[in-house]
Amino acid sequence: MPKDSGIGAAIKRREDARFLLGSGRYSDDITLLNQTHAIFVRSEVANGEINSIDTSEAEAMPGVLAVFTGEDFVDVGGNPAGWLINSRNGDPMKEPKRPVLAHGKVRHVGDAYAAVIAETEQQARDAAEKINADIKELPAVIDMASALSGKNFVHDEIGTNQCYDWGWIEDNREATDKAIKNAHHVTTLELVNNRLVPNAMEPRCSIADYNPANDDYTLYTTSQNPHLTRLLISAFVLGIPENKLTVVSPDVGGGFGSKIYHYGEEALVLAAAKRIKRPVRWTATRSESFMSDAHGRDHVTKIELALDKDNNFLAFRTETMANVGAYLSNFSTVTPTILHGTLMAGNYAVPNVYVNVKTVFTNTAPVDAYRGAGRPEATYSLERVIDKAATELGVDPIKLRRQNFIKPDQFPYVTAAGLNYDVGDYDAIMDRLEHHADLKGFAQRRKKSEAAGKLRGLGINSYIEACGIAPSNLIGTLGARVGLYDAATIRVNATGNISVMVGAHSHGQGHETAFPQIVADMLGVDPDNVEIVHGDTSKIPFGMGTYGSRSLAVCGSAIVRGVEKIISKGKKIAAHMMETTDDKVDFEEGVFSVKGTNKTVSFGDVALKAYIPHDFPIEDIEPGLEETAFYDPQNFTYPAGAYACEVEVDPDTGQVTIESFAAADDFGNIINPMIVEGQVHGGLAQGIGQALLEGCTYNEDGQLISASYMDYTMPRAADLPSFIVDHTVQTPSTDNPLGVKGCGEAGAIGSPPTVVNAVVDALRSANHNVTHIDMPLTPERVWAAMNN
Amino acid sequence: MYNFEFKQPTTISDAVNLLKSDEAQALGGGQTLIPTMKQRLASPSTLVSLTAISEMKGICKNDDGSISIGGGTTHAEVASHADIFAGLKTLAENIGDAAVRNRGTIGGSLANNDPAACYPAVALSTGATIVTNSREISADDFFQGMFDTALEEGEIIISVRFPVPTSSSYQKFVQPASRFAMVGVFLSKFADETKVAVTGASEGGVFRWSEAEAALNENFSADSINNLSVDQNDMISDIHASKEYRAHLVKIMTQRAIKGAS
Amino acid sequence: MTEVTMTVNGKTVSGSVEGRTLLVEFIRNDLHLTGTHVGCDTSQCGACAIHVNGKLVKACTMFALEADGAEVSTIEGQANDDGSLNVIQQAFKEHHGLQCGFCTPGMVMAAADLLKTNSKPTELEIREHLEGNICRCTGYHNIVKAILAASGQDVSNIAAE
Repeated sequence: MPKDSGIGAAIKRREDARFLLGSGRYSDDITLLNQTHAIFVRSEVANGEINSIDTSEAEAMPGVLAVFTGEDFVDVGGNPAGWLINSRNGDPMKEPKRPVLAHGKVRHVGDAYAAVIAETEQQARDAAEKINADIKELPAVIDMASALSGKNFVHDEIGTNQCYDWGWIEDNREATDKAIKNAHHVTTLELVNNRLVPNAMEPRCSIADYNPANDDYTLYTTSQNPHLTRLLISAFVLGIPENKLTVVSPDVGGGFGSKIYHYGEEALVLAAAKRIKRPVRWTATRSESFMSDAHGRDHVTKIELALDKDNNFLAFRTETMANVGAYLSNFSTVTPTILHGTLMAGNYAVPNVYVNVKTVFTNTAPVDAYRGAGRPEATYSLERVIDKAATELGVDPIKLRRQNFIKPDQFPYVTAAGLNYDVGDYDAIMDRLEHHADLKGFAQRRKKSEAAGKLRGLGINSYIEACGIAPSNLIGTLGARVGLYDAATIRVNATGNISVMVGAHSHGQGHETAFPQIVADMLGVDPDNVEIVHGDTSKIPFGMGTYGSRSLAVCGSAIVRGVEKIISKGKKIAAHMMETTDDKVDFEEGVFSVKGTNKTVSFGDVALKAYIPHDFPIEDIEPGLEETAFYDPQNFTYPAGAYACEVEVDPDTGQVTIESFAAADDFGNIINPMIVEGQVHGGLAQGIGQALLEGCTYNEDGQLISASYMDYTMPRAADLPSFIVDHTVQTPSTDNPLGVKGCGEAGAIGSPPTVVNAVVDALRSANHNVTHIDMPLTPERVWAAMNN
Repeated sequence: MYNFEFKQPTTISDAVNLLKSDEAQALGGGQTLIPTMKQRLASPSTLVSLTAISEMKGICKNDDGSISIGGGTTHAEVASHADIFAGLKTLAENIGDAAVRNRGTIGGSLANNDPAACYPAVALSTGATIVTNSREISADDFFQGMFDTALEEGEIIISVRFPVPTSSSYQKFVQPASRFAMVGVFLSKFADETKVAVTGASEGGVFRWSEAEAALNENFSADSINNLSVDQNDMISDIHASKEYRAHLVKIMTQRAIKGAS
Repeated sequence: MTEVTMTVNGKTVSGSVEGRTLLVEFIRNDLHLTGTHVGCDTSQCGACAIHVNGKLVKACTMFALEADGAEVSTIEGQANDDGSLNVIQQAFKEHHGLQCGFCTPGMVMAAADLLKTNSKPTELEIREHLEGNICRCTGYHNIVKAILAASGQDVSNIAAE
């Protein structure tokens, strides 16, 4: 086994060829015979009462096959929240129904209340304009603070706009309050974690096919987790038996969280396909994506950091309002709580942490997990308040962080926010960062910038995240309504090559390349002989999909367990072939051998024998060589890192440019460093986008102002620098057999505070008394901060 | 998009005739009109494409030293032409993106008069003449407010004639999402006068900043406008920039244009 | 419906289209060349970028009838004659210049357009040329690196570590 082809090798991606040649197969590329087209009619007002919907004119339009309204779905279920969060007083969260199509009320701009099915897309669009809805516009609930205090409700039936009032950890509250009250120094910061639109480049698309003879359905859809989508549709929304519904997610053009969730459009095309007995397809326009994809972030936070006279951290106390939008999207309730509150100790040995989160309904699109999901919000609050404290105390921000880091000999370390960090070495990461960031040269670079009339700033951050979102027994106690294991089936074919069916879904992450590296390493075969099958519930075991940087740690570990079973079975077959017992058989580099002898059989021969078992002792050994493993870890994984960013600010305009960006991360063991680096680059771009460019804006009437790329600023090539990334610090996770931690979200988590810290540093260098600017740091905001 | 009849005449007279029909609309490069039609915000019954009319394309130098650019000339063609003066070249090079510049035309841009478009600034600043199928219109008379021009129904821009300034500069502060001008200032310095046109900033569309021009005619230096400012009340306010900030940028971009043309 | 004929990737094709049929719709729905993608409706993302008469354009912002008689080339026509990846495509693979692959065809077409007129672009020139192509996955780092490499330039300075 050449070392450069297994675990740790930067193997080029095998999936690239099809994408580069234009042969990818995304949902919208699929054409079904006799297909029809669905168009949704969406609310133009943020809050409105549906008095009536007259569909008669639309139904009479050419090519129209069916029209649906909310009335058609009153007898089916709603799209549920996947996680029960209880309030501090023990009350369960409020869970208003989220119907397939709005019924009675429309609750956000873009809320679909009708759908037209027609022979062509244009006919459906033409007919959709003829639906005459009498919708009485009501005052919109937009601002979170007013939503909590007001009497105008997004859901009248629950009589409040508060979903829950959550405390973490409630038993720590008093001690935290006391620590802050008695502290030598307290730094306070109020900040907004700006609302974002995920903007995977492929818009959502769903195509339903129904076979009346079998009464079964196939749904092709842009999903990060086809089994979860199937489960939600079957168990909660439409009641289609799971065995009668196949969900296929073919090539998917990015997700970033927004394609985790089940959306009403999927249920609609399924119901429509059954009614008209023809395939029904729908592809979102980008404008629809802006209005109807789950958004991300949107917190308003106050955080306090208490320190003693020696600058040791004593407590973090956080109060947050988190916007959940008009309906509970599947993971909307866990994102601002478990994925946020539990990280509020950061990388620090701080004895007291308390977090209060009030999650609020508003007349805006649903908000849910977006790359990082709760952890960027935690990191941003922590790393901004720490930076502010460093300024107030006149200490070096790196020194302050290092002083308070959890030290390597303290692991495993149970934080005051309740997580058990297994391993880490934050000083080693910071050492790598300092190496790349050339801090000594900064003063010189600043002078040079100043000579050119620019302000230069340096921002530092350190972060930790909880990834490999899984352990079912842990998340069960925290309110999860699903298990979060993953699964893999290893099918060794008769000719010795291998098909691996996995529950994870690759939509850019390179699983088709990285997963075979694991199998090849373990079995001593050429990775090209290993094929990954994913994204089709009729082919793969019941896995929970891809999000939360979990695929490698959880599904990759399931692959390991499955391959271990293959080796174990292979030993039995080999023992039979070599006339010995399986405890005397070794397996190494693709060869089975009898201990202490020179007897061997190859893996390929064993595979062939498994399928041609002419002389098998059938009582002891089943034919075939195929194993399935479900893997459920004991703990989260804890990737950590430290980032540095240098910016220039144009004092005349407030324009910020990123001059350099360095990222040092500890992802534990690395399977494919090339893919890891790419994941970090992408995360950094999204985090820098949040910091400088991206802001989803509703006006007070609930109109989405940033409703297209004309107003929502996507990071472009010229907005970003080349990045320095380093992952040489590797403390392997102790909770999975691969020792991996996950790298998909790191960049998006660590970069926003780094950039903001750098800009604030730049302004301070010119004696501007600026302690904070809310993201995105648009030129105007920076200019206004300098001139107020 | 609503359906329409597509016509692609090869002569100006055919185009003009076709545009006489009810609800006919001219189509230049389509880089603004097509996205608008996708949103069903425009519904012409006939679309008359001007891109096959060869007499509306190209760039040439006139005997009096001015430059004429055919209305159907793309931004990319303008940007790469040897006879183009500095400010205009910079302007054309920075409209939209490479693909947009290969389709979008100067005539289409001027006829649309988007308040954030770049071309109106150079036309107004240089005192260009807009030549249509029926007349010549001076830039000062052509731009009549946001998305509003002196063009009559069915009238098309055949070419634009630019006097060539002795020096010029275009300073564009981009709206980061759309890449249109949040504020764009075109400064043209002629032997006898300096003209400053501002796009992207005003509710009234492109305008000449006459106070700055007067000051510069007195003394051509960035400092000479230090005490001047445009009226904030006239400025556009949106999620990218307030009136106050836009007014500030007008001054900053003008000062940069002065330096750029010095 | 009107008849339209054009040459796509060297092959003469025709079909009948409405006035409103966009070139990208004709390419995807009628010719079944689904490598050209649609990522937005405001002519900004560049997932639909193709070449028409040798020029980079957005196929979503052009009517099929405007391409009557034109020479069109799409991502499906970019490979070498033997079907292998061309220099740009190979560089994208070599340098991990793609992740989900959705923006990739447009990126490759934009890169080809740049290198036609600027055989040794600088990093900044590449970044500016990609103004009309949005990628959400890669942060552009490896796309820029791939294009530099495709132009035969040293990319060790753009190395990640």
